[in-house]
Amino acid sequence: MSITVIYTIVSLSALGVVAAVILYFVAQKFKVEEDPRIDEVEGMLPGANCGGCGFPGCRSFAENMVKANDISDMNCPVADSQTMAAIGHYLGFEVSAQDPKIAVIKCNGTCSNRNKTNNYDGASSCAIASSLYAGDTGCSFGCLGHGDCVDVCNFDAIYIDETTGLPVVNDNCVACGACIIACPKGIIELRKKGPKDRRIFVSCINKDKGAVAKKACNVACIGCMKCAKVCPFEAITIDNNLAYIDYNKCKLCRKCVSECPTNAIVEVNFVPKKQKEEIIAETEKPENS
Amino acid sequence: MSKLLNVSPSPHVAGSYSVQKIMYGVVFALMPTLAASVYFFGFGAIIVTLVSVISCVLFEFLIQKYILKSEVKIYDGSAVLTGLILAFNLPSNLPVWIIILGAFFAIAVGKMSFGGLGQNVFNPAIAGRVFLLISFPVQMTSWPKPMGFATKYVDAITGATPLGKMKEGIMNSQSVSDIMMQLPSQIDNFLGYMGGSMGEVSAIALLLGFAYMLLRKIITWHIPVTIFATVFVFQGVLNIVDSATYAPPVFHLLTGGLMLGAIFMATDMVTSPMTHKGMVIYSIGIGVITVLIRNFGAYPEGISFAILIMNAIVPIINKYAKPKRFGEVINNG
Amino acid sequence: MGLRTFKKGGVHPDENKFSANAPIQSADIPKQVSIPLGQHIGAPANAIVQKGDTVKVGQLIAEPNGFVSANIHSSVSGTVNKIDTVIDASGFKRPAVIIDVEGDEWLENIDRSADIIADVKLSKEEIVEKIKSSGIVGLGGATFPSHIKLTPPPGKKAEVLLINGVECEPYLTADHRIMLEKGEETVIGVSILMKGAGVSKAYIGIENNKPDAIAHLKNICKKYKGIEVVPLKVQYPQGGEKQLIDAVIRREVPSGALPIEVGAVVQNVGTAFAVYEAVQKNKPLFERVVTVTGKKLEKPSNFLVRIGTSTQQLIDAAGGLPQDTGKVVSGGPMMGKALSMLDIPVTKGSSGVLIFSESESKRRKMEPCIRCGKCVGVCPMGLEPYLLANQTEQKMWEQLETDSVMDCIECGSCMYTCPADRPLLDFIRLGKGTVGKIMRSRN
Repeated sequence: MSITVIYTIVSLSALGVVAAVILYFVAQKFKVEEDPRIDEVEGMLPGANCGGCGFPGCRSFAENMVKANDISDMNCPVADSQTMAAIGHYLGFEVSAQDPKIAVIKCNGTCSNRNKTNNYDGASSCAIASSLYAGDTGCSFGCLGHGDCVDVCNFDAIYIDETTGLPVVNDNCVACGACIIACPKGIIELRKKGPKDRRIFVSCINKDKGAVAKKACNVACIGCMKCAKVCPFEAITIDNNLAYIDYNKCKLCRKCVSECPTNAIVEVNFVPKKQKEEIIAETEKPENS
Repeated sequence: MSKLLNVSPSPHVAGSYSVQKIMYGVVFALMPTLAASVYFFGFGAIIVTLVSVISCVLFEFLIQKYILKSEVKIYDGSAVLTGLILAFNLPSNLPVWIIILGAFFAIAVGKMSFGGLGQNVFNPAIAGRVFLLISFPVQMTSWPKPMGFATKYVDAITGATPLGKMKEGIMNSQSVSDIMMQLPSQIDNFLGYMGGSMGEVSAIALLLGFAYMLLRKIITWHIPVTIFATVFVFQGVLNIVDSATYAPPVFHLLTGGLMLGAIFMATDMVTSPMTHKGMVIYSIGIGVITVLIRNFGAYPEGISFAILIMNAIVPIINKYAKPKRFGEVINNG
Repeated sequence: MGLRTFKKGGVHPDENKFSANAPIQSADIPKQVSIPLGQHIGAPANAIVQKGDTVKVGQLIAEPNGFVSANIHSSVSGTVNKIDTVIDASGFKRPAVIIDVEGDEWLENIDRSADIIADVKLSKEEIVEKIKSSGIVGLGGATFPSHIKLTPPPGKKAEVLLINGVECEPYLTADHRIMLEKGEETVIGVSILMKGAGVSKAYIGIENNKPDAIAHLKNICKKYKGIEVVPLKVQYPQGGEKQLIDAVIRREVPSGALPIEVGAVVQNVGTAFAVYEAVQKNKPLFERVVTVTGKKLEKPSNFLVRIGTSTQQLIDAAGGLPQDTGKVVSGGPMMGKALSMLDIPVTKGSSGVLIFSESESKRRKMEPCIRCGKCVGVCPMGLEPYLLANQTEQKMWEQLETDSVMDCIECGSCMYTCPADRPLLDFIRLGKGTVGKIMRSRN
């Protein structure tokens, strides 16, 4: 009996030793020389693996940063500016702080603003609906509301509001850009978060002529140029019957917001002006409330 | 126009199949078998069937409603079907609590733990049956003699199945022909006048169900026929090699759960391959393993194990047994 | 029994050919037509008329823009109101020529008599040129310019012409009526196409749910050399080019290749008839037969319609939209396009207008996949629809490509047969589109 036990122990130990020796040589043979800084940089990154930097995953981003001669155009949207500065410092680069950005929905065609013209009855996917036809409203540009953007968001930062039928971005947004790729209509844009999270943008992407756009949706941009004329900073351009506010030029004066006849320009997180209170309450989406 | 038009991608018409129709179609195909088991085993058959079906549906309901908190889908008929097939795999004198345990294992572990209908790897009914067979070997292998309504539910007169007797006889080095003398005739086997699990005894009732399912295009012929053919050929070869130790193939086709397994359990859509090519591979596997277990294994019966083993291989079969593509370039080698 | 059909998969939906006995009648000429400039596969044509121009019936109003494109002719006489955009079947705005109708004045060189001219005078090249200038495209629905099919790429030679008279889509009867009423003309059209393609053998494939058409054409074909009618078993999607070639001449077009690879040219019977009119009667393609049908519709009909007529007008002519209409489809029920509004012009590709009631039109609720494999069994291309749909949902584009998603002909058999009512084709179509884009970006 005791002999069996001893044999077992001895043979198992011998096996272990042999395996260890083999493993040692195999590990030596197949060792991959890797820059140790990659691990370090990867450790510093938030590790969201969202792909927002343009590389497939954090590790690949770290590798590319370590290899790169200049990392000024590399940015992890999830990391705050301190983290990026720290990584830059570690790798011996100066990193200028990037303005934090957030995704905005450039469509305000809620169920009440935009009448349905038909019922979509296919698979619930924006990509499928948009490859089928213009959409279930008169506006062939706006949000389809099937939530492809919600499906791809890794941060729970976007959801479809039940009453408006439109996606809403909340503070979890890290501006990784996944929703922008997912949206077949291209209605999502990354814009500067703005001081105190205040921003102004045209919440419409309808390029139809004014009358057509207005017929399809109450809050469509009709390309009337009023905002462009009133803007003191030349931040607004009109292209294809659609206004666009350059967020780098915009000084958040809000002149355009009150000028817009269709309330297509949306302001977020401002203290409401008194006389416009009602209208704003009607059109403003509950973003970052 | 007052009403909005519906818009969807094509096609705009749908066929008449539905999950519910398929499930209840199979249930309907099992009715001759149910009738046969009541005819042979009396009230016991009714009790076992009712307990099994009701507890399967109940467990599915409870799990969907209170644990998964999802939509309750007990009306799709899949739980009824599992309950029915499980019952048919049990002896007609099995105590109620064991049946409930089996139903619980089948539904909770065999089906819902994988994510419910369509996700399970193993046939839930067989999982339940095998669980019971391993846990309660005595109760699970004391089969009442088929005596119609004279068969009592409790304290029934029990005996071994023809397969069991065959195995025992061969172990005691009797020759097959001697053993066959003591067993019911092949005609009796065909009609179902033999001991065994409730649903497996009557080959004719099972074949009726098979014909119905083929007619309604619920299943294709591939799986059952291939299993029959494999068992017949493999057992036939064994029988030719040594007819004293290996029983004739027809005996193996008609006894035990082979018919039930091949027609109703191996064909379970969720756990069988998708392509006809895959189905044939899968069925050959089942046939071979069944014959191996029956002739060389410890158990007299092996179809359940065979199906479970092949169930596990189905994903691999699906991966490699691709249908032949139309216009596939063949001359690239 | 014993009839030929294609060898893989297929389904047999309820045929519902309500309008099979309704003779072709000319639809009223509308007050205004909108003739879209993109009525064919390929680039939209360029308008060559301007606002205020007067046009006659059959006058060229738009010229091809690129190799795969086609001429467009005016279907009415009158004044060009404007060249603007109109909403097409998919709800998007597309360029179109809008013409106010004044009278019905045809170009003088169009032969409007009913005489049948059997003698083909033109040479092979002249025929192809005539087909091209008459703006003829595949009238089965794919709208591929016909002259391109008749001019095979270098190194390939056409051996046989297949005429698609199967009309495998349920409900539709336009081709059926053409074969019955314009049988002689169609067969002459076939012989013209044979000459144009340079082949000496043609088969007209007709499903045997149209025994009258089979008998009629068989009778006519006795007079014409090399044209044979082939009755086929009813099976959808037999009208698919590859399926038809498989069914009639038992040749398998390789994956990713065109029918010419096996020496076949496929044309629709409607196209053959249009070719007859173009070549023998000098009449360009500006009208077509459209089936307007539905279970609840008062008068299921087959109309000869001028291109650009509003769908609404056709529905009114067939008895008006029934009360509980839930869906209006342009084309067949298996591959047609659901319309989001009714004021949409008829184009060269419109083979039918189907009216479905609310209960027929709503898709059933989706159930979990029970892995029954029926979709695999019915796929005429030997694909695995369940897998392709799944891979699309998971965005596994590379696997989709290796699993031959590009072979999908989008016939809808998988989704038709799915007991769990899963939107298989919705996803496969998306996957096919995405993989196609990826493949194109590669080279």
